Amino acid sequence: MWTWFYRLASPPHVYRLAATLTPWFLIPALIAIAYGVIDGLVFAPPDYQQGDAFRIVYVHAPAAWMSLFCYVTMAVSGAIGLIWRIKVAHAVSAASAPIGASFTILALFTGSLWGRPMWGTFWAWDPRLTSELILLFLYVGVMSLRTAFEDAPRGDRAAALLALVGVVNVPIIHFSVVWWNSLHQGATVAKLGKPAMTPSMLWPLLAMLFGFMCFYGAVLCMRLRGEVLNRELKARWVREALSP
Amino acid sequence: MSVGAGSALLLLIRRDLRLSFRRPEQLLQPLVFFLIVTTLFPLGLSLDLATLREVAPGVLWVGALLASLLSLDALFRSDAEDGTLEQLALSGQELTVIVIAKTVAHWLVSGAALVLVSPLIAIALGIPSTVFGTMLTSLALGTLTLSWLGSIGAGLTVGLKRGNVLLSLIVLPLAMPLLIFGAGATDRALAEVSSTGALYLLASLCVFTCTLAPFAAAAALRIALD
Repeated sequence: MWTWFYRLASPPHVYRLAATLTPWFLIPALIAIAYGVIDGLVFAPPDYQQGDAFRIVYVHAPAAWMSLFCYVTMAVSGAIGLIWRIKVAHAVSAASAPIGASFTILALFTGSLWGRPMWGTFWAWDPRLTSELILLFLYVGVMSLRTAFEDAPRGDRAAALLALVGVVNVPIIHFSVVWWNSLHQGATVAKLGKPAMTPSMLWPLLAMLFGFMCFYGAVLCMRLRGEVLNRELKARWVREALSP
Repeated sequence: MSVGAGSALLLLIRRDLRLSFRRPEQLLQPLVFFLIVTTLFPLGLSLDLATLREVAPGVLWVGALLASLLSLDALFRSDAEDGTLEQLALSGQELTVIVIAKTVAHWLVSGAALVLVSPLIAIALGIPSTVFGTMLTSLALGTLTLSWLGSIGAGLTVGLKRGNVLLSLIVLPLAMPLLIFGAGATDRALAEVSSTGALYLLASLCVFTCTLAPFAAAAALRIALD
């Protein structure tokens, strides 16, 4: 009954599984993002205060959300690798890091584009913005630490530990708009009870979020295959899998 | 012969202090660096004393962070290179105790020394002596917290041949909240607003890191040693 679970620790199995799963993530991602973009940019009503400029939320909010999600995935899979010494978990962690860093850059970039018309500035030293920037630095630190070691398993474990230490930043980012007087707006969607958004604006946003999640899944599967191959270069199954 | 954790802690702190005081130039270098870096700001910004006073807490704090970061790489390195660290790890004492002892000793010779020198720089930057109390408290708490955070970074990079830049890359993002609250506390004292809140936050960060960082640093050393 649990064999499917145990097999997740086996590199060749994961290599094949990731290949099978990629289209199952990629196709929903493309559909959801296409719907979200069209509905969000064309059909959703303009905001009563921000006009059409609010539409950048359809990229900004999912990207910011994914930047945290990828970080947590990276840290949790790193912890699994650290505790049970599972190579595949470290590969997942290593594959997640650049994706998460890209989402962080995207969130910071779209945020500053949004900040220009709304706040009159591209950047403000605001708690939410600063903590998101720290997240980017943490990603860079984890990625550099992993590659700094000549001995790859040791680099994996050091990076996993650093990722775990950096988890303290995640709640700080999430609650920064609540704890401090922030220029950034407060939680709009993830409120218990009723979200402070009309359904016609909310649906495309949720679709984009779902699309970004699936996109992450698809890219993670692709990167994971590369990671696993790189780590198992000397194994026989790699030669068999790659020979035509 | 087995030694209790408490006496092992004191023995190790005394050993590290004695080793540091045998090489006084290494103690002085971060302090001189602190002086030079904080001198660069007034020269580069060429402000009048009133404007300088407004940026002074930030300058002081950035200088102190960089100066204590400088000596952090040596925290475990020399012991790791000559094999002492392995012997300590094999001694039967908890690695956490060893981390605590070495970090405390490191703070006493780097952080505490920086705190003692800081009034000199504060006067040069035009900070009035009425805020020295807040400034010294915040710097003491901040450098101690940085030492705890730094012990994690030093543990992670001790296995590398050259870890200094990477160490800064790892530790500085984690230290940014310290800078915000620490310079903020002095700023508030300068503006004659109560700085107690910021100091309490700094103190809680210090308690938080000194409770958890030794375990993380010990885990990092275990990765480096096996």
